[in-house]
Amino acid sequence: MSGSKLKPEELASKIKYNLPPKGWMDQSVDFKEGTFNYSGNPKNIEYLELPNPRKWQPTDPDWKLPENWKEILLEGLRDRLHRFRSLQIFMDICVRCGACADKCHFFIGSGDPKNMPVMRAELLRSVYRNDFTLAGKIFGKFAGARELTLDVVKEWFYYFYQCTQCRRCSVFCPYGIDTAEITLLVRELLNLIGINIDWVVTPVANSFRTGNHLGIQPHGFKDSIDFAVDELESITGVKVEAPINKKGAEILFIAPSADYFGTPHYYTLLGYLALFHEIGLDYTWSTYASEGGNFGSFISHDLMKSLNAKMYAESSRLGVKWILGGECGHMWRVVHQYMNTLNGPADFLEEPVSPITGTKFRNARSTKMVHICEFTADLIKNGKIKLDKNRNNNRRVTFHDSCNPARALGLIEEPRYIIRNSCNHFFEMPENTIKEQTFCCGSGAGLGTDENLEMRMRGGLPRANAVRFVKEKHDVNFLGCICAIDKATLPPLMEYWVGGVEVGGVHELVGNALVMTGEKQRDTDLRGEPLEGQCEKAE
Amino acid sequence: MALFVTAMLRELLVKKKSAIVDKWVQRILGSYPSESLKFLISQKDRFANPVGYTISSSAGAIFDELIGDSDSRVTETLLKDVVRIRAVQEFSPSQAIRFVFDLKEVIRNEIEKEAGEICSSDELAELESRIDNLALIAFDSYMDSREKLFRIRLDEVKARSRQSTAENGDIRNDEHVKRDG
Repeated sequence: MSGSKLKPEELASKIKYNLPPKGWMDQSVDFKEGTFNYSGNPKNIEYLELPNPRKWQPTDPDWKLPENWKEILLEGLRDRLHRFRSLQIFMDICVRCGACADKCHFFIGSGDPKNMPVMRAELLRSVYRNDFTLAGKIFGKFAGARELTLDVVKEWFYYFYQCTQCRRCSVFCPYGIDTAEITLLVRELLNLIGINIDWVVTPVANSFRTGNHLGIQPHGFKDSIDFAVDELESITGVKVEAPINKKGAEILFIAPSADYFGTPHYYTLLGYLALFHEIGLDYTWSTYASEGGNFGSFISHDLMKSLNAKMYAESSRLGVKWILGGECGHMWRVVHQYMNTLNGPADFLEEPVSPITGTKFRNARSTKMVHICEFTADLIKNGKIKLDKNRNNNRRVTFHDSCNPARALGLIEEPRYIIRNSCNHFFEMPENTIKEQTFCCGSGAGLGTDENLEMRMRGGLPRANAVRFVKEKHDVNFLGCICAIDKATLPPLMEYWVGGVEVGGVHELVGNALVMTGEKQRDTDLRGEPLEGQCEKAE
Repeated sequence: MALFVTAMLRELLVKKKSAIVDKWVQRILGSYPSESLKFLISQKDRFANPVGYTISSSAGAIFDELIGDSDSRVTETLLKDVVRIRAVQEFSPSQAIRFVFDLKEVIRNEIEKEAGEICSSDELAELESRIDNLALIAFDSYMDSREKLFRIRLDEVKARSRQSTAENGDIRNDEHVKRDG
């Protein structure tokens, strides 16, 4: 905050209602606590063999950049324009129609015009024009060009770490410009001179070292799963198997690490375990592919590729037929949109077929990886599991489409089908806030840190606003989602904006409703909360 | 709060409500960058534009509370809706709640000519002190929002520190992480 000690009348007279006289190109960023992320830990930058490991923070006047930082950035941009035709097109094709302008959750929540996707891209485009186009070289500012300066670099850092790569804007762009890719590439450029954030760098380093973002080692992973098995037994009376590193299993199951180490993710893990046991699935967990998430995708193509590769390396080592993936967000964008050209095709795996229903997942023919919601929806459709919806009667549910499964994978109906078959009380949020138009949690792409909380609350406002609406209208008390980042960051968002709404996974609801062979009378749901209204009639 | 305005002043304020609220909303939205103004004003969909919608809809309702038999809980909720947004936006504390004081000037400008004939300066002073009271409520809301924000942040830091204990090998602490998150 301002920290000024002016008298009230002096303060009032200083308040201006318009932008400063400077144009947008000349304004510099004011790094205010609560609105940016801390820099990457040099130890982990070194571990990843990334450039320029050092101690620095965005609030420092000197960012300790290499002397030739400008040359490195411009050369990096030239290289990427050459390598990625998409980037060249995104730089040239925008006609500034404004269709994207009011679609970004950060713009909607902050009112900051530089959060309009067109403006965010313009931060890079202006430099592109200056150094890579004839018009920009000749006409300079008149052609929308500006020189790359340290202030511009700081602005890039500020605004490209205010984009969660959710791609809502790209849904509305008539040319299909993918601002998430522009964000990824600018972050990649910044990384060339050692500018990155710790919430991305450290999880990536952990993932390299132990296979998951949290740095959990194999014995810790096993302990977590064993603990969950015991807890599930105490709730259901059924002792389930949870095979780990089992060679020759039919399916490798990969979930985000938060599922076995965070709350409320953990209840979704209980749901997976119960489901797999009940259908007698021949599957295995892996201590190395113990992470679905790919924070590498928040920083560079190379890191995204490396982290994605371990899932496939592990599926090959264990000799499975195909991969089943859990309730993860950006993992699905990487798998669905990039995997095939990064590490694919995964010819050594088989086209996924459900061993329970015989359904062929032709959509996963190339990646050999099936989303658990597709898998479970198919089980329900074929009558292979019994669900008692009344066990979720204490939940009045709405569903937040997690950005990547919805927009990158097109997974819209399957989670809804599962919820409708697991719960009696399901209420949709307004149409322009869900499905392919879903509003981001405001904390994806590495932005979910405590130091960035104020910015997260701005970005999450549109989502929270829609939840509040269904809470007031239908008394909704449960926000379902299928992304680990959502499960970690929607609870604080709900706490600030809404109140009285819990967050959880779709497979938590499945686990609650699943009637298991040999189970005892369920007194509680998977959270240990007493079951209510079991005899209540369905709506 | 008790009814305070005389029937004639109240009638005048009701007559001028639309102009007063419009100008007040313009003043509030004027605190946002000019490039964003068009969107904040013209996008009427409450889900596409929660900031503009909340400010526009709350302003009218707050004004109604001000000149009517106000229910302090309703007033508090309305103010809180606006302040909670501004408490996390790019405003200093004074900028965030200044909009309440702006209402004085807006009302004064709108009713200046006619008010002289129908009410005393004491009555106008009373109206303004009632607006001061709104400012106090807004201040409480602002602090409540900021305290909540920092409490949430503290909870996140605590959860992470428990997690890091578990990562460092004391895996028996898992249970705490799972249960308290």
